[in-house]
Amino acid sequence: MALSGALRNAVGRTCGVTGLFVDRSSERLIIVNAVTAVLWLATGGVMALLIALTRWPAVHLISSPEWFYRLVSAHGAAMLVFWILFFEVAGLIFGGTILLNQPMVAPKVGWLAYGMMLFGSVAAAVVVLSGYATVMFTAYPPLEASHWFYLFILVFAVGALIAVIHFLVQITRARITGRIRTLPLFTFGLVVAAILALFTLASGTAALIPAWLARLGVIETADPGVYRLLFWGFGHGAQQVNLAAMVAIWYGLASLMVGARPINEGLSRLAFLLYVLFIQMGSMHHILVDPGLSHWARGINTSYFLYAAVMGSMIHAFTIPASVEVAQREKGHTGSLFAWLRNAPWGSPGFSAFALSFAMFGILGGISGVIMGGIQLNLIAHNTLIVPAHFHMTVVAGTTLAFMGISYYLVPLITRRDLFLPGWAKVQPYIFTTGMLIFGIAMGLAGHWGVPRRHWDISLSAYPFAAGTFDGPRIQMALAITALGATIAIIGGTMYVIIAAGTVFLGKRNDVPNIGHVDAGAFAPPAPAAPHVGRGFEAPGTMTLAMTWLALFVVLYAVSWYEFSSIQWGIR
Amino acid sequence: MIERSSTLVAPGARWWSPLGRDERLWFMVVLVWALAMFLMIFVIWPAIGDQQLTFSSYRTDTATFKAAVDASIAAHQVGELEGRPLVAPPPGDVYLLGERFQFTPALRLKKGETYRLLLSSSDVQHGLSIQPDNINFQVLPGYVSAITLTPKQDGEYTIVCNEYCGIGHHLMVGQIAVVP
Repeated sequence: MALSGALRNAVGRTCGVTGLFVDRSSERLIIVNAVTAVLWLATGGVMALLIALTRWPAVHLISSPEWFYRLVSAHGAAMLVFWILFFEVAGLIFGGTILLNQPMVAPKVGWLAYGMMLFGSVAAAVVVLSGYATVMFTAYPPLEASHWFYLFILVFAVGALIAVIHFLVQITRARITGRIRTLPLFTFGLVVAAILALFTLASGTAALIPAWLARLGVIETADPGVYRLLFWGFGHGAQQVNLAAMVAIWYGLASLMVGARPINEGLSRLAFLLYVLFIQMGSMHHILVDPGLSHWARGINTSYFLYAAVMGSMIHAFTIPASVEVAQREKGHTGSLFAWLRNAPWGSPGFSAFALSFAMFGILGGISGVIMGGIQLNLIAHNTLIVPAHFHMTVVAGTTLAFMGISYYLVPLITRRDLFLPGWAKVQPYIFTTGMLIFGIAMGLAGHWGVPRRHWDISLSAYPFAAGTFDGPRIQMALAITALGATIAIIGGTMYVIIAAGTVFLGKRNDVPNIGHVDAGAFAPPAPAAPHVGRGFEAPGTMTLAMTWLALFVVLYAVSWYEFSSIQWGIR
Repeated sequence: MIERSSTLVAPGARWWSPLGRDERLWFMVVLVWALAMFLMIFVIWPAIGDQQLTFSSYRTDTATFKAAVDASIAAHQVGELEGRPLVAPPPGDVYLLGERFQFTPALRLKKGETYRLLLSSSDVQHGLSIQPDNINFQVLPGYVSAITLTPKQDGEYTIVCNEYCGIGHHLMVGQIAVVP
């Protein structure tokens, strides 16, 4: 059921760049969700700087432990939950309406979801910053947080759940009405993210409701072990949502920037399906050194049942660069093994953000996560700084950078304004990545040497026998470099906030916004693949890179086991 | 003829095609690596490793556990360390309590002997982090982790709390001395 021309014009417009139908409700909701997301990113970024400079022992910026712990609590919520989820809701609206050429099913539902998320997030942050819920983003019972904190987080979570269900209704309607048969791979990835989000948000709600009722005195206690199991279904589950959304964006940006067409559509979709089936099992790696579960249950879950979900990621790790390589070779960049890569549009922020996010996530985030998520090796990683080092490589260097990359296109197209400071946008992904690379490696090393996360003062100077545990020069150096990397990354993040907010509020109005280079094949209909000649690989450069990456993975895995085996304690 | 599609538009009606040579090779390599990691966790390391995560656990209530800690201190205390009891238990059960903001008691263990560390909390969650070896366990109130430990190297080990447990979290430490 296609909308008639007049009706389409009444509820929306046709995009001057892509030719897609842009529903007015979708447009407004994308803008408010994206702007709110960026404001949370800015807020969380200020906190990040204060935290990083406090964890640099020589500086130790914040002199009040109370404020330090408040800021760590608020930073976690602002970044891991609020920034990411508001942006993802904007992405879901885009993928469910505009990309499918359809208006929004129920704009009021979209606004209800937004309203609940906005209220819940702001109210929860106020509670945390006022000192009524200095319990970290994880809020493990029986730590005492104000019951309002749980309520506000629950309001936010239910709002997000409504937004996700709204998206799934959009997709279902497009299928039922025959508007679309097979989804574009980008939207398919978002559907996978949304399915994971349903589980995630339900698990979080199931964790928080008993904790909330316990604070209200309705029930006696919330079991701390059960809470951790359910909470991590949300806490890590949300990161699996980010993963699926980020991979979808990688595919999308690869198509947008170089006209990439996945070399095997079925294999890419199978890899997404592996996420749906297996990836949530991995959430259990947060409780590997907890009491409560059997060795077998912990092991089988955190090995993702034969690492099936990891295989999904490793398939994407090959098919995404391979599709870029094939597209580039079709353009004639065949001179050498890596001519396709050298001649990629590195000056376009969409490409650089995609490529850097892909590399950082794959090399630092992915490998570290698989290694420390195994049942034995987790013993030398749990709650040390290597854990935040890992998830800053995935969520910040990976997901956040991918989100930044796509918003350089989405924000101008949706707001019909030229990108603000396009010259900054060209260099922003490089500055941000440089900072995150330094930050991730240094912080990971500090954690590897035992430095605890969420800790105001590692001098331990109150106790002579403990003082000096972390005073060695390598740890002090690593923490100083961590703060330096964080500062560089925050400069990159600030540039992004200025560009994004500047585009929305100050960008030059333009019905055909100038978004820089976009590949002509990005929105072209499917076409036969160019015949592959010869007996060699179709993507030899990618094969070389992928094998090199795997070799690094094997080496790091072996080194980790060696480190683990050198612990001077027998443990059973 | 295989059709390929931009990820931003819907693919044609038949989007499944057999895997090409590149994908087949990579898929097989990935499968082998996934299997290797799985075998390392479930077969190889359990057969050869000295450090296993096979510890058991049981539920308790905080008062019962605290009483057991106190009884153990009364039976095996040998001195004091900066205001907390120093306990030198014989091989067997060793109690360690996390409570805001210290680990009690300080322990003196003998190198090469095997102990069953019974670990719990009397208030909120804590993190047991033995430094510098970097051994980390989560400590929950209401649950006891029963971890069998055999120190193989004498020396002084600091326990740091690495789960946020309140405003004095950074003050929470403990000690294990391993003597020859």
